[in-house]
Amino acid sequence: MRLRLVPSNTKINFFGKSKLAIWASVTAVFISIIFYLINGLNYGIDFRGGTMLMIKTSDSTSIQEIRKSLNVLDLGDTVVTKISDPADTLIGSPKQMFLIKIEQQGNDEEVQNNMIIGVKETLKKDIGEISFLQTESVGSKISDELIKKAVLAVCLAVFAVLFYIWIRFEWQFSLGAVLALIHDVIITIGIFSIIGLEFNLSIIAALLTIVGYSLNDTVIVFDRIRENLKKYQSVKLIDVLNKSINETLSRTIITSLTTLLALLALFIFGGEVIRGFTFAMIWGVLIGTYSSIFIASSILLKLGVKRDWNNKNTGNPGTNYSNFDN
Amino acid sequence: MLRFPIWKIIIILLPCLWGVYSFSPHFFYSQVEKYNDFKKTENFKTDNQSPEKLLWYDWAPSNLVNLGLDLRGGAHVLVEVNLEDVYSERILNFWPEIRKTLRTIRGDVGSFTQNLSDGDDSLIIKISKKSGISDAISILSNQISQSNKVLNFSKFEENKIKVSFNQQEKNKIDKQTMDQSLEIIRRRVDEAGTREPTIQKQGDRRIVIQVPGLGSAEELLQLIGKTAKLTFHQVIKNNVSCEKKPSSRNIIVPSIDDINSCLELEKRFVVSGSQLTNAQPSFDQNNRPAVSFQFNPVGGRKFGDYTKNNIGNPFAIVLDNQVISAPIIQSHIPGGSGIITGDFTVEESNRLAILLRAGALPASIKVLEQRTVGPELGADSIQSGKIAAIISGLLVLFFMFFSYGLFGLFANIGLIFNISLIFSIMAYFSATLTLPGIAGIVLTIGMAVDANVLIFERIKEEIKTNKSLYRAIELGYEKALTSIIDANVTTFIAALILFVLGSGPIKGFSVTLGIGIVTSVFTAVYLTRLLISVYFNVTKPKVLNF
Repeated sequence: MRLRLVPSNTKINFFGKSKLAIWASVTAVFISIIFYLINGLNYGIDFRGGTMLMIKTSDSTSIQEIRKSLNVLDLGDTVVTKISDPADTLIGSPKQMFLIKIEQQGNDEEVQNNMIIGVKETLKKDIGEISFLQTESVGSKISDELIKKAVLAVCLAVFAVLFYIWIRFEWQFSLGAVLALIHDVIITIGIFSIIGLEFNLSIIAALLTIVGYSLNDTVIVFDRIRENLKKYQSVKLIDVLNKSINETLSRTIITSLTTLLALLALFIFGGEVIRGFTFAMIWGVLIGTYSSIFIASSILLKLGVKRDWNNKNTGNPGTNYSNFDN
Repeated sequence: MLRFPIWKIIIILLPCLWGVYSFSPHFFYSQVEKYNDFKKTENFKTDNQSPEKLLWYDWAPSNLVNLGLDLRGGAHVLVEVNLEDVYSERILNFWPEIRKTLRTIRGDVGSFTQNLSDGDDSLIIKISKKSGISDAISILSNQISQSNKVLNFSKFEENKIKVSFNQQEKNKIDKQTMDQSLEIIRRRVDEAGTREPTIQKQGDRRIVIQVPGLGSAEELLQLIGKTAKLTFHQVIKNNVSCEKKPSSRNIIVPSIDDINSCLELEKRFVVSGSQLTNAQPSFDQNNRPAVSFQFNPVGGRKFGDYTKNNIGNPFAIVLDNQVISAPIIQSHIPGGSGIITGDFTVEESNRLAILLRAGALPASIKVLEQRTVGPELGADSIQSGKIAAIISGLLVLFFMFFSYGLFGLFANIGLIFNISLIFSIMAYFSATLTLPGIAGIVLTIGMAVDANVLIFERIKEEIKTNKSLYRAIELGYEKALTSIIDANVTTFIAALILFVLGSGPIKGFSVTLGIGIVTSVFTAVYLTRLLISVYFNVTKPKVLNF
């Protein structure tokens, strides 16, 4: 009755299709960049500045009514969307919720504040049964700062990791891991651009966690590669890599599954506020697992690694690096 | 490896037991919270019968994690203080001294005028003879900078001298301004009677104000967004054009009722709000809302003298550069008390009284962000967070049990201790739990078992190479350890960067993620090994059904 997800002795040749994997990834990265350039991202108010209101109304209210009510106020670029919560639908008590996004009103915060008060009063008057679940307003100054900080955070994380792996392993590992990471981050940003999901601060948190998670996976495979490189010094590099990935495969799958299970519960039951975050995480875990199996090791194979790991005298490392076998 | 000396067992078990012990009050959150609130009051020691005191036990642990505003509901405002406002005000105090010095060298500089507009951080002096500029700067520097050591004089354009504070003085003024602003915002929020607000300085010039339970940040902003600088001026002329250029002694101020109508007032004020000792909402003789006020003796005398000498003249009450009202002085007002009438609602007169009592902010403030979470959404978020955490916990527990049997059970015990440890550590440091924080915990649940999966998979491999069960387990733990450490250090780096650079929701997430990484390594590596060792020592199994 024991659950066996991965047979105990897999001998899958992960590099047989490595060209295909690399081409698929390159294409995906390319598509992501194209979409980003054309579509951009649906930035939340954290990054764009402006005002967001989340409201709950009675069942009969429609988007059109809200739009009509707001039109009178002449607020410039205003977007109203309806939110549906899968958890509520499961329980059978769907709520009627809307998200209203309003662009920044000039540079005067008093105008901004009065605008919010005005919007609330108008909606109360026109819609009747309404409650304001959440109101957020971010000035352009802070949103510029948040963007800078976010980009800095992601870059810093990638560099810190590059450095750590370089210290712990060799530069080829470090490069492999970081390229895999950049691949994960770009494709995740790409999916947000393609489906137009809101990109806000919590998505940055998700991106960084994906960086952490994908790395976690990659490092564990690398760790095994290093161990096997010491053990099988005369075996071809491609076979050592294959063996290492196969040996860690069941762990990779099981951990990805437990994490995905937890995230799935969060996605369904965690509520609207963190749904974007969980979506990014689920996507990231899938991509991260894929990249640490197919991308990071393929890069390692291309770059080659030093084979003589037992030699304590590393004073002259250059001599051993390019001893690869393919 | 599987034999533990007693001291090691104690070191492993103590934190686990502490974790469960300190976690326990969270099961009675609202009860313990009320008890803790009561504990802070003065009645706590004397009043033994009050219902709040009976809610929890003196001897029991009572540390709780704070719930963030997103879970509890409330208002959050981030503002920036325009520190430069104060420079321009202060620098003007030096003008008489500068003027005196410049007059002594009039032959070199010719005639001179000063120019300073609001918000400028330096005073510009224009002189008519540009040849004298370097002499003027050196004389001013020698005579004034030497004695007070706060001013810098420099050439601005060929005939202008720039006067500014030096960096040291600026820092000093900035600190004063921030301290004062914090104090006044605190007073205003307190006066309004809101419950346990958090008012904190952030960075050099920002202030975060969080008020749990408050229905809207807009309400909060009406209270703290205003500078509330109140001054009383002589009216030179009613109803002038707002475009009019006033003489150097006068200013043009718009009326609050109609922005397009302005009054010309004398620049120097008669008395200001800083001389008020009290302000209360009240009603005028026509029963319209108003604010009555009381001056201190000095202000009272000035006000009394002024009203005595100007009976029949209009006089303007100016708040934050707007004329609230400009009544005609009917009679001498001795005693230093008076009433401000205007077109107020009851609410507005209440608010104005609070603002006047609390005092004016030393500098104007700019709102950077305002966020409100309604109590309904907060409660919803707690509820969905709880459900998500429980369901994901159960899924992982089942999954581990079905994958690894008895050992999975050990891993599950580790997981449960792990979660209680995360909460206990957060409660110990009074950390704040936010919704992203809950996401961090759920993610930790998923990832925490990773260490155990690594170890168990390794043990399986070692068993395959026909090692004895004992040896296989020892090797499994030993060899998996480097992977576990590498993997967790990298994730920890990400959490650390999030913590340092992140703000608000991101920070909350990084805290739980970071704590979760540390505790999960502890429980997954040490606690499960202890459990396995106990199991082995008790049952002495020969084979293991993995």
